[in-house]
Amino acid sequence: MPERPDGDIEQAIATQVRAAAAHRQGLYIQGGGSKRALLGRDCEAAVLDVSGHCGITDYQPAELVLSARAGTPLTALQAVLATQGQELPFEPPTFQGRATLGGTLACNLSGPARPWRGSIRDLVLGVRLVDASGECLRFGGKVMKNVAGYDVSRLQAGALGTLGVLTEISVKVLPRAQRTTTLAYELPAAEAIEMMNRRAATAAPLSGACWLDGTLYLRLAGEAGAVAHTARRWGGQALAEADAPWSDLREMRLPFFAGDAPLWRLSVKPSAALAGPAAQLLDWGGAQRWLRGDFDLAQLQGLASAAGGHVTLFRGGDRRGEVRPFPGEVHRRLQQRLKHSFDPQGLFNPGRLYGWL
Amino acid sequence: MPAIDRAALLRDLQRLLPGHCIVADTECQRPYECDALTIYRELPLLVVLPETVQQVQAVLQLCHQRQVPVVARGSGTGLCAGAMPHPEGLLLGLSKLDRVIEIDPLARTARVQPGVSNLAISAAAAGCGLYYGPDPSSQIACSIGGNVAENSGGVHCLKYGLTVHNILSLELLTVAGEQLTIGSQGLDTPGYDLLALLTGSEGLLGIVVEVTVRLLPVPQAAQVVMAGFPTVAAAGDAVGAVIAAGIIPAGLEMMDRLAVQAAEDFAGAGYPRDAEALLLCEVDGTSEEVEGDAARVAELFRSLGASSIVTSRDEAQRALLWQGRKSAFPAVGRLAPDYYCMDGTIPRSMVSRVLEEIARLSAHYGLRVANVFHAGDGNLHPLILFDASNPQEVRRAEQFGAAILSLSVQVGGCITGEHGVGLEKLRQMPEQFSERELALLEEIKCAFDPGLTLNPGKGVPILRRCQEYRALPARHQHA
Ligand SMILES: Cc1cc2nc3c(=O)[nH]c(=O)nc-3n(C[C@H](O)[C@H](O)[C@H](O)COP(=O)(O)OP(=O)(O)OC[C@H]3O[C@@H](n4cnc5c(N)ncnc54)[C@H](O)[C@@H]3O)c2cc1C
Repeated sequence: MPERPDGDIEQAIATQVRAAAAHRQGLYIQGGGSKRALLGRDCEAAVLDVSGHCGITDYQPAELVLSARAGTPLTALQAVLATQGQELPFEPPTFQGRATLGGTLACNLSGPARPWRGSIRDLVLGVRLVDASGECLRFGGKVMKNVAGYDVSRLQAGALGTLGVLTEISVKVLPRAQRTTTLAYELPAAEAIEMMNRRAATAAPLSGACWLDGTLYLRLAGEAGAVAHTARRWGGQALAEADAPWSDLREMRLPFFAGDAPLWRLSVKPSAALAGPAAQLLDWGGAQRWLRGDFDLAQLQGLASAAGGHVTLFRGGDRRGEVRPFPGEVHRRLQQRLKHSFDPQGLFNPGRLYGWL
Repeated sequence: MPAIDRAALLRDLQRLLPGHCIVADTECQRPYECDALTIYRELPLLVVLPETVQQVQAVLQLCHQRQVPVVARGSGTGLCAGAMPHPEGLLLGLSKLDRVIEIDPLARTARVQPGVSNLAISAAAAGCGLYYGPDPSSQIACSIGGNVAENSGGVHCLKYGLTVHNILSLELLTVAGEQLTIGSQGLDTPGYDLLALLTGSEGLLGIVVEVTVRLLPVPQAAQVVMAGFPTVAAAGDAVGAVIAAGIIPAGLEMMDRLAVQAAEDFAGAGYPRDAEALLLCEVDGTSEEVEGDAARVAELFRSLGASSIVTSRDEAQRALLWQGRKSAFPAVGRLAPDYYCMDGTIPRSMVSRVLEEIARLSAHYGLRVANVFHAGDGNLHPLILFDASNPQEVRRAEQFGAAILSLSVQVGGCITGEHGVGLEKLRQMPEQFSERELALLEEIKCAFDPGLTLNPGKGVPILRRCQEYRALPARHQHA
């Protein structure tokens, strides 16, 4: 990816939104385009390109806060954070440099460290957004704690851009770990689930737990002494390349993710027994489980409910139908009303989240 | 709206609830007339204290049918008059729903009813080596339902997060009494993140009747480093230096001279009385980690001019050092008949500038102030000392408080970090939000509660649209 120059096009975005509103025309908000085929239903609306709205607007390492325009590529943020020994704690996928901060918040994507260090949903402090009338609004801010008004910033996480055009985002950042070690264990899935959860319940600098192809990987990251001591206590085989499985997992570069077969994500109770097809990839200490193949949404939702959670058709398959389960009548009514309060004409990403939204 | 017929309402409630769950007598209602911000008081029409979720549901359905305002109450430790009753409504006390339903040690969760106290969750989980992270100083008393409604924090939130980071799901009753599950036992739930929206919503969007919280493993070790500094600025720099060194303490608290002296008189924790500012920095983790980090913190404090440093040797001393901080509010409370606790958040780097300005305002209003500061996350609690029996002092305390909130917004912060808006800070909302932003917040309220009967007149100033639905009693319109 060529580096993108900084630019402030918020006014141009607002103008485009006003024009679309005047013509009652839908808009598909696009940053780097890395997630167009992920998570959401197909959306035919005209593209509103926000990738030119780019650049870091404020970074105060001692405050642990970074603010950037929504079109800024994550890799650009990571490069600047690294100069101060800091990082984005939610470890998001960067998708060959194309993923932007705005898209990452809209999709609420985060990497293997999520159960321990949170997702972008947990770390977002404030947003600016262009609303459906083309006005710029600000919610939250650049401070760690803020309970004035409803939490509109966090509400953007996973909303897939259906509530407004995100233009600027402030997130909490953290120091990088002094040391990282990855331990591997040959184990069947059932034992791996048990071990992931048992170890997560003890005081240790755990920051990743995944299982694939018969191997459980545990990542320790933090203060050097604590990592070394825990690694000795836990045994297993220490990998020479501590980062290897994690970056491929996060970026979905593992062979498991290759090919066109529909990709399903189950978000469940981490200790739930493995159910359904055996070929699953487990991440997030058991709380995120991936499946491939032609399954029925309702059938997989049955499995997911029994395991305390939900399924999403993450990529591929029929993306004109629903890609997430029906949440029930009361939920539907509340979600439609919420959407209506932000976007009464249904301009932003029509049908992207649900057909009825 | 026709006035509400109290007698008819009482008759209907008596059909839904056993007699001991209804408080109709004015004198018996007194304990419910305010929360911990006692300068705002009001008596409700009736108080109900249901014992089951079904009873709560039936009460809500009845009130919805009759368009009776409903104000939820947990333990009444709130500091923004959020649980203050509505004069023409029902106070819905949830304190009798106080069961820990289930602890799941492997998944590390606890399922609890809303009236369970914050500390009781950790107590119930202790046998499994687990605890609930957020620890408000009121944790002996405050309820988890109240914590969810306020998105409460505590001294350990810098590392372990606020309520919103530590809950997985809620059972919610809508204003019409419909039950729904928000969130799940996994980390992501499809659709809008209603869990985030409900957390901190101050009882305006729904009634929480069950909470599933995440539990954390009890750290192997923890040590606290206490340091006295000759100036507030030096202590402020030391806070920045700890963060810049790449250490994320479990807690990082600051107190100013008056707060230190009051806490020391109260708790005898061994605080240095001559310090202008005191820092308490706790590090936790494995034993190796804690030893290393505590030594680095102490060294940093020394190099930045600390006049005294004490590192806790054992659990007893660690508890004692925290005892002073955790009892700071009641301790300062002894210095005057009343105190008024403010709650702005500011960028950490602004702390000495803000404290200087607060000192100037203190002289201007002729009221003393003690400052307690969650320094790690920039959340400042100035405690204004006054005498509530003197109406003039009450007015000056309110003005002084308002000036502090404006100041917090001016330096890039916000009007409330963890105590909520309630009734108290409604007037400051337009300083933080534009009219269009407030209108959107109002729309969100209407999406959940179109009739505006849940905790009306609190949290979000109602400007325009929603008033078409229901005329609020004049004294509860704050636009
Ligand atoms: C000495 C002292 C120290 C404190 N320290 C801290 C601190 O360190 N950090 C901090 O964040 N706060 C602190 N607080 C403030 C207070 O304890 C918290 O706001 C707490 O969460 C309130 O809980 P509660 O059960 O007392 O709620 P209440 O005061 O009863 O109610 C608070 C709000 O929640 C709503 N509510 C209550 N229960 C429900 C429910 N089940 N469903 C829907 N809405 C509900 C009420 O309507 C009201 O708006 C302190 C207070 C005191 C007095």
